[in-house]
Amino acid sequence: MDQLAGPAGAGPCLFLTKGGLLLENKTAAVSMRGITKTFGSVVANNNVDLDIYKGEILSLLGENGSGKTTLMNMLSGIYFPDEGQILIDGKPVTISSPKEAFDFGIGMIHQHFKLVDVFTAVENIVLGLKEEGKLDLEKAAKRVQDICDNYGFDVDPKKKIYDMSVSEKQTVEIVKVLYRGADILILDEPTAVLTPQETDKLFAVLRNMKDDGKAVVIITHKLHEVEVLSDRVAVLRKGENIGQLITKETNAQEMTNMMVGREVTLNINRPEPLFSSPRIRIEGLNVKSDDGVMKLKDVSFTANAGEILGIAGISGCGQKELLEAIAGLQDVESGSITYISDDGSREELIGMDPQKIADKGVALSFVPEDRLGMGLVASMDLADNMMLRSFRSGKSMLTDRKAPRALAEQIVHDLEISTPDINTPVRKLSGGNVQKVLVGREIASAPTVLLSAYVVRGLDINSSYTIYDLLNQQKEKGVAVIFVGEDLDVLLELCDRILVLCDGRVSGIVDGPTADKHGVGMMMTSLGGDHMDGGEMHE
Amino acid sequence: MNNKEPLIHITRRADIGWKKAWVIRGAAIITALIISAIAVTLATGLDPFSVYGKMFEGAFGSPRKMWILGKEIAFLLCVSLALTPAFKMKFWNLGGEGQILIGALVTSAIMIYVGESLPNGALIPLMFIAAAGAGAIWAGIPAFFKAKWNTNETLFTLMMNYVAIQLVAYYIIIWEVPKGSGKVGIINQDSLAGWMPDLAGQKYLFVILLVALMTIGIHVYLKYSKHGYELTVVGESRNTARYVGIKVDSVIIRTLLLSGGMCGIVGWMMVSSTDHTITTTLAGGRGFMGIMVSWLAQFNPVAMIFASLLLVFMQRGAAEISTAFQLNQSFGDIITGIILFFLIGSEFFINYRIHMRHKEKEGTENV
Repeated sequence: MDQLAGPAGAGPCLFLTKGGLLLENKTAAVSMRGITKTFGSVVANNNVDLDIYKGEILSLLGENGSGKTTLMNMLSGIYFPDEGQILIDGKPVTISSPKEAFDFGIGMIHQHFKLVDVFTAVENIVLGLKEEGKLDLEKAAKRVQDICDNYGFDVDPKKKIYDMSVSEKQTVEIVKVLYRGADILILDEPTAVLTPQETDKLFAVLRNMKDDGKAVVIITHKLHEVEVLSDRVAVLRKGENIGQLITKETNAQEMTNMMVGREVTLNINRPEPLFSSPRIRIEGLNVKSDDGVMKLKDVSFTANAGEILGIAGISGCGQKELLEAIAGLQDVESGSITYISDDGSREELIGMDPQKIADKGVALSFVPEDRLGMGLVASMDLADNMMLRSFRSGKSMLTDRKAPRALAEQIVHDLEISTPDINTPVRKLSGGNVQKVLVGREIASAPTVLLSAYVVRGLDINSSYTIYDLLNQQKEKGVAVIFVGEDLDVLLELCDRILVLCDGRVSGIVDGPTADKHGVGMMMTSLGGDHMDGGEMHE
Repeated sequence: MNNKEPLIHITRRADIGWKKAWVIRGAAIITALIISAIAVTLATGLDPFSVYGKMFEGAFGSPRKMWILGKEIAFLLCVSLALTPAFKMKFWNLGGEGQILIGALVTSAIMIYVGESLPNGALIPLMFIAAAGAGAIWAGIPAFFKAKWNTNETLFTLMMNYVAIQLVAYYIIIWEVPKGSGKVGIINQDSLAGWMPDLAGQKYLFVILLVALMTIGIHVYLKYSKHGYELTVVGESRNTARYVGIKVDSVIIRTLLLSGGMCGIVGWMMVSSTDHTITTTLAGGRGFMGIMVSWLAQFNPVAMIFASLLLVFMQRGAAEISTAFQLNQSFGDIITGIILFFLIGSEFFINYRIHMRHKEKEGTENV
């Protein structure tokens, strides 16, 4: 793999690209040299060299646990490196707190926003700033507006955070960093929560910043974003920088191979559905949240056995309530959810809790969005987590420990879960392994319906493909799989049909193989998209 | 690296072996004893070794003292066992005091009103059941409110303590003997109705054996039973519990009925086996000490035996030195405080590692 060929970070720096080309002379805004960071026995970053240039967008690409976020956290003052040196404009510096990072013009936008809900945008932006004189919110609002106009942001400085969409909140975070005079912006997986349209908008803004001479780093594992946005890619694997590429000269396949360390096929299988009898029929479903907001409005659709039904929508559009209503975890205002078994007998699921549903012989499995907070118990070990579904079996007052242990051993073996042993608490496993434990347990009970919410969120390519394969296996066994997803590319490749939710209503149902991404994106933001009439189902 | 590196880094440890953990705890106790010795010498001018010797004598000095020690451990242990299922469920039952008292009140009432008309063989089991029921109700009320309306159980259980104390104060006036003394006096002193009989000639043996059995019972209940599993899941995540169809409300109420019931049984033991009377201070802070024992032992019933031994030993020892050296009783409390401070503080060093700043390395590329 090619190495950086610059003198230790000082001054203008040349580096050699894959094709042997020399990039024009540019000043490295930040150089990291020989950075190592360990957590206990885990080496998060090992001897990493990285340069960040002004007027350029750098993608930091890598699987989960490859040390992308850790590396950037050291730049933004959250962690302190064990070894190595950080240079800013060629001068060695020490960054030991986020405030010092700001003083050097480094600002990071984290995955989880850190905003005060009851404050306005501008109040959040000036929060924590120690400026001389009296607090002048009007002046601050004007400066915020200037920044927005300058880069093409669309945000009302006087709007309260709780009234904002996820994308607006993200904008506030970015403006907050710019307001503090950041020249180096780091964004940690900024598109994870955005619709395709919002993503496009964000990318346009980032390009404006680049043209303004700012250095932009985005942490991501979505390859198409790397391709459309960045000028340069640095690939991390197992904490090491294994190479830097010019985006124009590489492709998704090459980047994936570098990221994973071996050849990977990038196509998701979509076997032809073998069965197509209805399994779950939902009619006129209305659900109200605890605080009285209608989360689902008149939702009707059918999920068939032996197909994967995708559910697309901006986050918080009723996906969670829909799945939880089917699983018996959500109170329902009105409507019906009918389970149709192979012999044609019907069972109304509304009004039953998960235990009753299971007692009725409905084999319903559910992989919830909140894996450690709902699907599993973080502090319990693998075997005890297996027991969640089976601990009631038998008449004895005592639990049967043998069967869950055997199941845990088997799942660890079958799904290649990396864990010291089955007595390890699941919170100590990595995200991908946690998800394999959960999915493994849920499919072990031979379900006829498998509900899944954001099953691959935060998982790396390898684990994601393992999960897709497992879902496809279930589909081929005749299970009705409902797949709530956020990555439209995946939804379009994996699902047989896609139901699009918009603000709690069914915006439309499209065929997976023929659907087009932008059409689905439009349907997510307005009922029926722009070319269809509102609110109707298209089956 | 230049010299602005922070002086101290604190990082979370990966798993520490139990051996190393106990070395750290041992070191904490030794340090605590040294600090206490210095405090003793500075404050009183006494030889710390003779003070420590007296403490041992106070706790273990004679067969009678040993039996009292055993009985005190049994009481404290039983309260800790009672509180533990609730704590494992993350229900902060601070109402042990009140649950003990209400159990004791019901026990006394039965001794006073029906003591003469029932044989001990029926009377004592009746007292037992009534005391357990009363304690269960006392804990069940806050549990019900928590389950139905998610009220704050710490405040609720704490307030129930004061209600219990006032109830006891009220009945003491009704039952006082002789009138105007403000005390109930020894109940059924002549008939011995409702007095727990000696076992093998020992007054406290029955109580000690009973608590030993309860220790095993709670250990099995928490670790191996379906109920124990359910309450652990509820404690870790109510959402997970709901997700697998555990009825969270009924688990909360059921667990607190158990917890309060066992506290009520402590009240029964104290009245029937040792005190044979009732006062507002009967529980003697055990409802709160039990919390400490339960946490010190990290909810492990076997470890709770040792934690209660430590606390009771310190208490008995402190009482002894205060009489032997004519010190204030508070002095013993100071030593207890120092030892607990170090023991609890040592958990920090078991969970975290402290790195000091590296020495300057040669050849760092400071420009």
